[in-house]
Amino acid sequence: MTKTGKPGINRRTTLALMGAGAFTVASPWVARAQAKTIKIGMPTILSGRVAQLGTSSRNAVMLEVEKVNAAGGLAGRQIEMVVRDSKGQPQEAARIARELVNTDGCELLIDGEASSGSFAVHEVARDIGVLCIHTCSEASSLTADPKQHIPNAFRCVRQGIHDSIAGGSYAANIAKAKGLKKWATCSPDYAYGRDTTAEFVTYLKHFAPDVEIISETWPKLFQPDYTETVTKILQAKPQALYSALWGGDLTSYIDQANIYAMFTQMEVFAVNMADYTALTVVKNLPKGIHSGNRYIKTYPATAENAAWGDAYKAKYKEYPTNWSWQNATAVMFLSEAAKKANSTDGKKLAEVLTGLTIKCPFGADGTVTMRGEDRTLVGYAIGWGTTIPNEPYVPEVKSGDWKQIFALEAEWKKSKGYT
Amino acid sequence: MDLDALIGCLGSSACVVTQTTSGLIIGMLLFLVAVGLTLIFGVLKIVNFSHGAFYMFGAYFALTGYQLTGSFIVALLFGAIGAAIIGLIFERVFISRVYGRDVLMQLLVCYAFVLIFDDSVKLIWGAEFKSMGMPAAFQVPPWFIAGGVVPPFYILLISVALVVAALLGIGLARSRLGKVIRAAAHNPDMVSALGINTAMIYGSVFALGCALAGLAGALAAPVRSMTPGMGFSVLIESFIVTVIGGMGSILGALIGALLIGLIRSFGSLGFPLFTDGLMYLFMVIVLVARPTGLFGKDVA
Repeated sequence: MTKTGKPGINRRTTLALMGAGAFTVASPWVARAQAKTIKIGMPTILSGRVAQLGTSSRNAVMLEVEKVNAAGGLAGRQIEMVVRDSKGQPQEAARIARELVNTDGCELLIDGEASSGSFAVHEVARDIGVLCIHTCSEASSLTADPKQHIPNAFRCVRQGIHDSIAGGSYAANIAKAKGLKKWATCSPDYAYGRDTTAEFVTYLKHFAPDVEIISETWPKLFQPDYTETVTKILQAKPQALYSALWGGDLTSYIDQANIYAMFTQMEVFAVNMADYTALTVVKNLPKGIHSGNRYIKTYPATAENAAWGDAYKAKYKEYPTNWSWQNATAVMFLSEAAKKANSTDGKKLAEVLTGLTIKCPFGADGTVTMRGEDRTLVGYAIGWGTTIPNEPYVPEVKSGDWKQIFALEAEWKKSKGYT
Repeated sequence: MDLDALIGCLGSSACVVTQTTSGLIIGMLLFLVAVGLTLIFGVLKIVNFSHGAFYMFGAYFALTGYQLTGSFIVALLFGAIGAAIIGLIFERVFISRVYGRDVLMQLLVCYAFVLIFDDSVKLIWGAEFKSMGMPAAFQVPPWFIAGGVVPPFYILLISVALVVAALLGIGLARSRLGKVIRAAAHNPDMVSALGINTAMIYGSVFALGCALAGLAGALAAPVRSMTPGMGFSVLIESFIVTVIGGMGSILGALIGALLIGLIRSFGSLGFPLFTDGLMYLFMVIVLVARPTGLFGKDVA
């Protein structure tokens, strides 16, 4: 007897095909895992006031990707970057991150967002399980808080808490040597400014208990005029000022404070000064501003770092930024992990990345490590120094002590209930 | 709240001088932007939501002028004239088409051009922030008046704004062109019937308003970093000034701007976390007491 049926495909086959189709659409990184090229998605900020940092992030990634591709690619697969502009909006960053994976077929993500956007992208990574490396968010809680821990997300960025410990230690030494007991602060009025300032003050007082904060000012982010904050600080007559202002806000502040001769009346500690974005823009940079290193090609003072800075400048006709070295390091980590895993599979890469140490021009000792316990970057060059008006801008940088940073970071985590 | 700091300041001549000067500086720059806004509204009945963009153009044109010549006077002229030319073209080609239309249409056109102008600046001067730097003549130590700190550059800035205020006030009150402008503000049909080219008057007033915003941007360029979109925050405060002073009133713009400057300056001492709130609170009080603003009846 011959079995008969309706022409065409039956219901069971239709359901199976639909299921396979839906799976393919929903999980394209799985379906396309064997493609010759590997797409890496990157949401970042390419427009608005922070565009310069986002652009410098993309530039640094492209610089490193070219090297990886020239050397044979990521485990034999050529990298194709797909970079999208989030305009600095967290919801847009999250939407783009999801779209990059689900629609564009990206198998890995480099998250070039500022803190607010990074937390949004982090949730996308948690949801869809794609390997994600955060490259710009300095908010310590992104990796310190165990609630944020997921096996597929890493952070390749300097951290606020590390900078505050190194900065607090450096500033306390100056305070003791020069008898600076009365301090003022002036930082932007949002999470980064408030948190960073509080942490800096905590460690400044930890190392120099005599210090007293006699004035605080919190200008709005992107405020055009700082005259009232400058004169308020002058009225308070502090011996030293700490500021976490950055970018155009910092340069405006310096220009406006300069004409009141503020920098001759007190020691100024501006954590974000030593970045080329600010150093090259201020026309009358005062001598002697204390700053944490962001990115300068003379620190760490190695041939590798200088060569990297020069190569970037030769290609893009401007100096790299703090975000640049972090993004470049992320690509270096991916490249090394792919070699060790001999694979581009996200899970295998994540296993290798955890605790991985690589040679890196931006390392304090020539290497950096993706610390296993919280999947965050440690061992990068961190230090403070004073500015001069021309290159090299910060001729001498006093390095932070990573042993001290680790010890105090562990105490800080405990105090926050993270461990 | 830190009332002790505020009271302590009021008891010290040095502090009063420093904070008053600080308030005048903030106020005078605001005045230059707000007076253009109020002038345009008074004559053209257009709420120019794109006015902040001309402040931005002024700053960037001044930067270019300064880079080309090294002269701050040329930079000021570049800023004012450049903004005026773009304003004139904008008014003739686009704004003139929405005269008499509802405010939503005006808002739509202006907002579209805010985006276009911001992107144009990005294309021409780049997305990164820029700084002009202080002209060499003003790279001098500040003056000390009654113990208070007063930078010479800010004396120039206040003087220029005061001269502009005086010229505008006298020009509108006494000159023939001023009388025609005031007549056009009251009854444009009658002015047109008398054979006066109202289109030219409208274009001139719009360009003048933009030139004033451009001058403010040029004056601010040595001390404020420039970025595409920098006009937005100035625009908000300028609207507050015009609402307090009364839409269409030049004297109102001057008084409103000075009050806002002084509120910011002294408020930062006594109410450091509520300085912006003080500004809005003052606006609310004025609106409740006088809904037309302090000088709302004095239409230009």
